[in-house]
Amino acid sequence: MIWGADKVQTFKLTPTTFFFYLLPQIILDTGYSMPNKLFFTNLGAILIHAIIGTCWNAATLGLSLWGCHQGGAMGNIEIGLLQYLLYGSLMAAVDPVAVIAVFEQVHVNEVLFILVFGESLLNDGVTVVLFNVFDAFVSLGGGAIDAKEIVKGIVSFFVVAFGGSLLGTVFGLLISLLSRCTKNIQIIEPGFIFVLGYLAYLTAEMLSLSSILSIVFCGVCCQKYMNSNMDENSIQTVRYAMKVFANGSETIIFVFLGISAIDKTIWVWNTGFILLTLFFILIYRFIGVFILTWFLNRSRLVPISFVEQIIMGYGGLRGAVAYGLAVNLNETKIKEKNLMVCTTLIVVYFTVILQGVTMKPLVQWLNVKRAAIVDLTLVEKVQNKVFEHMLVAIEDISGQIGDNYWRNKWRNFEEKWMSRLLLKPSARKKQDHVFNVFHQLNLQDAMEYVKEGEHRGSLEFIRNESAFVDFKKKFGEDYEEAMPDIMAVMADDQGSAMRRDPVPSVSLEMHEQNMRGLREAEGINSHYLLDQHLYKSRKQHRYRFSRSHLDINQDENEVQEIFQRTMRSRLESFKSGKMGVAPPKTITKHTKREPQPKMPNGRNKPYHSGDEDFEFSEGDSASGYDTSFPMRVGYRAGAGIENPAFMPDLDPSSPLHIPPWLADAGLEVNPVAPSERAQVRTPGHLHRLASLRTSAQPGDTVRDRNLLTPPPPPHRDDDHL
Amino acid sequence: MGSSRSSLRGVPDGQQLLQETGFSAALLLRLHQRFQFLDKDSRGHLRSEDLEAELSENPIGDRIVGAFFQPGQETVDFPSFVRVLAHFRPTEKNWTRDGVQPEPANSRNRKLKFAFQLYDQDRDGKISRTELLQVLREMLGLQVTEEQLQSIAERAIQEADLDRDDAICFDEFRKSLEKVDIDHKMSVRFLE
Repeated sequence: MIWGADKVQTFKLTPTTFFFYLLPQIILDTGYSMPNKLFFTNLGAILIHAIIGTCWNAATLGLSLWGCHQGGAMGNIEIGLLQYLLYGSLMAAVDPVAVIAVFEQVHVNEVLFILVFGESLLNDGVTVVLFNVFDAFVSLGGGAIDAKEIVKGIVSFFVVAFGGSLLGTVFGLLISLLSRCTKNIQIIEPGFIFVLGYLAYLTAEMLSLSSILSIVFCGVCCQKYMNSNMDENSIQTVRYAMKVFANGSETIIFVFLGISAIDKTIWVWNTGFILLTLFFILIYRFIGVFILTWFLNRSRLVPISFVEQIIMGYGGLRGAVAYGLAVNLNETKIKEKNLMVCTTLIVVYFTVILQGVTMKPLVQWLNVKRAAIVDLTLVEKVQNKVFEHMLVAIEDISGQIGDNYWRNKWRNFEEKWMSRLLLKPSARKKQDHVFNVFHQLNLQDAMEYVKEGEHRGSLEFIRNESAFVDFKKKFGEDYEEAMPDIMAVMADDQGSAMRRDPVPSVSLEMHEQNMRGLREAEGINSHYLLDQHLYKSRKQHRYRFSRSHLDINQDENEVQEIFQRTMRSRLESFKSGKMGVAPPKTITKHTKREPQPKMPNGRNKPYHSGDEDFEFSEGDSASGYDTSFPMRVGYRAGAGIENPAFMPDLDPSSPLHIPPWLADAGLEVNPVAPSERAQVRTPGHLHRLASLRTSAQPGDTVRDRNLLTPPPPPHRDDDHL
Repeated sequence: MGSSRSSLRGVPDGQQLLQETGFSAALLLRLHQRFQFLDKDSRGHLRSEDLEAELSENPIGDRIVGAFFQPGQETVDFPSFVRVLAHFRPTEKNWTRDGVQPEPANSRNRKLKFAFQLYDQDRDGKISRTELLQVLREMLGLQVTEEQLQSIAERAIQEADLDRDDAICFDEFRKSLEKVDIDHKMSVRFLE
């Protein structure tokens, strides 16, 4: 179209445009979404491929072409050895843009992906150095090269590569620090990463360091801290914006590459040159990969299989970076620049189109291990943690300093120092991996719940159904956990009778309670959800002792006092209860005994449900309240951390135990109310709400009446009645 | 083999261990030296204190140490020591299950079994909720509240427990970890 319209090349992919406007976003995106752990685990392999592999590619390509030139295969072109080497160096590098574009579709297993991908990113350091070195050599002419220059070249490699990485790391840390301080101005958080990332790129360019390395390490370093520190919205924004920019840039790059091809003025065609280049690139890529991998496999834990090596070799795509470098060649020094540019274009087309398109079928044909679909199950995550610890321990025992040892050391260091510096205090608390998974799973549950509920018309139905799930088992186990002593004391058949006896609602309560516990970690959505639910179905939630709504009692002293008194009374009642009275009676009596003298009168209404309805429903839920519950609750309270079974032992010391824990955990608005407080509150609920219940549903079990007898605590809010 | 045989002279059951565990002779020697190093009083066996000294910071250190000892025994001799460590060799891909040879220590199954036993301290073949809770508590205890731990344990059991007996038996355990690359995660590179 363009050619048709203008008959002349109006658009070109200039190096400036490419290197300064189009490339940085892509690389920043890759750095930011790099799977860090995988990357660093395989860093050795990646580095070897990147450095040695690229050098090998460059050297062999250049030399072979020169050899062929000498042999006359290319006709009459004026390229000297140095220029061949220069050409080799710019063709050698595997291109990150192309690799991403292709491999993203293919979904090979993660190790393979990270090897090719990491290599494509890190080889920039080598490419830049080689290119500059050979460029300088070419400018100097053949005669001025001596050992000094070569040494300078090698040194410059280290400077460029490490300097770039270091610079990137510094910027990454800077961003993390900034994100730590933006608690109040969250709207500007997303901007930082883009601005500072680009800044890292430009600074490196300015200092003649490797800019790609710089921006990669910037992304790699800051991702963890950014993702923990930033608000959820900001995280989403950053993620999407980055993807948009990266994809946009990628598309534009390829479009420009295409357009650049139609410029007739620069076309030079030399069959020999082009074909030989293609041929050599492929061959040497494969050879290089095989040799290096053979070498690596001798010290790798899990070797890279032959099939994977083929894919790695085949994935050595050249792309726009090579083209950009080619266009950057100095025309006066290199007379055949056009030839090189054209060849580069053709090679790029060949690798990206041909190899890219056939990659997927090849992967399928060769049966390469594909990426496992990451499924966040808790067991897996917990087990992964266990494995980590296990490996460290085994390494310790067998007395060797291995990977795991260093990883452990790094993790400890990082937790102690860097996290303290770079993470917001609230973010630090929520750091644990398993807990995050748990949180994610809860969120997912809530979402599905909402969807299903809406699908069926009302959330109430869902609750009813799911609540019936394996109540028996649950009840049995929970019950046992809660009061093994009583089980022991009372006759077995009585115990089992208790187990078989329960009205479904009781076990539902157990189950409900557990499920409720799960949901506490979620946001307001789920609370709202529960409210709605509770309001409707009274029967199911008799014991609803909303732990989730209790989290705002900030008055430590009050809670403590209540707790102590409760504990004392409970111990007494428990002791009397133990004397072999029929279970229901016992427990009822127990309940009765709990005077709950002092309910915090300003029972803080949960912020999200301060209406009568809620109170009412709460009443309903707590009142039909069955036997086992307060017992269980009671045990729990005393045993914040210990096994509930050891309640009697705990009692004298528990007031000492718990407060510090309470104090520690309670100082910030904690979405999960410690069971502590919950326990304290609950019996109070019972009493208050018991009377409510009477009025609401007169015809319930006789047992309930017992609950009603204790005088209501004097200070109870009248508005509840 | 002559040279290795002679060099293994100091190692109890050297030959047999070579075959059983698949370690190389040099590695076996090194492990023997390590064993002797840990065994400070040269008693010929290790007690749990010797091993625990190495694992002070590890949250599940005591469990791992416990795994070295057979139930009821207080000491571990060199063959047992090596047998446990053999679990952590990288899996060989070309081992096929033929009824003749006993399953090597580093097969996926044996590795999982080892991991399973870390949880299942009372060796009843199931991971009950309390056992799971204990492990979780050890690993996560400082950062999460008791309630959250309970919920996590609850949820983990719900996910893995297929026959609804509220405990995770070995098959369920194995099934829940089938997507995990045990090879990578449970192998240690033993240096010569």
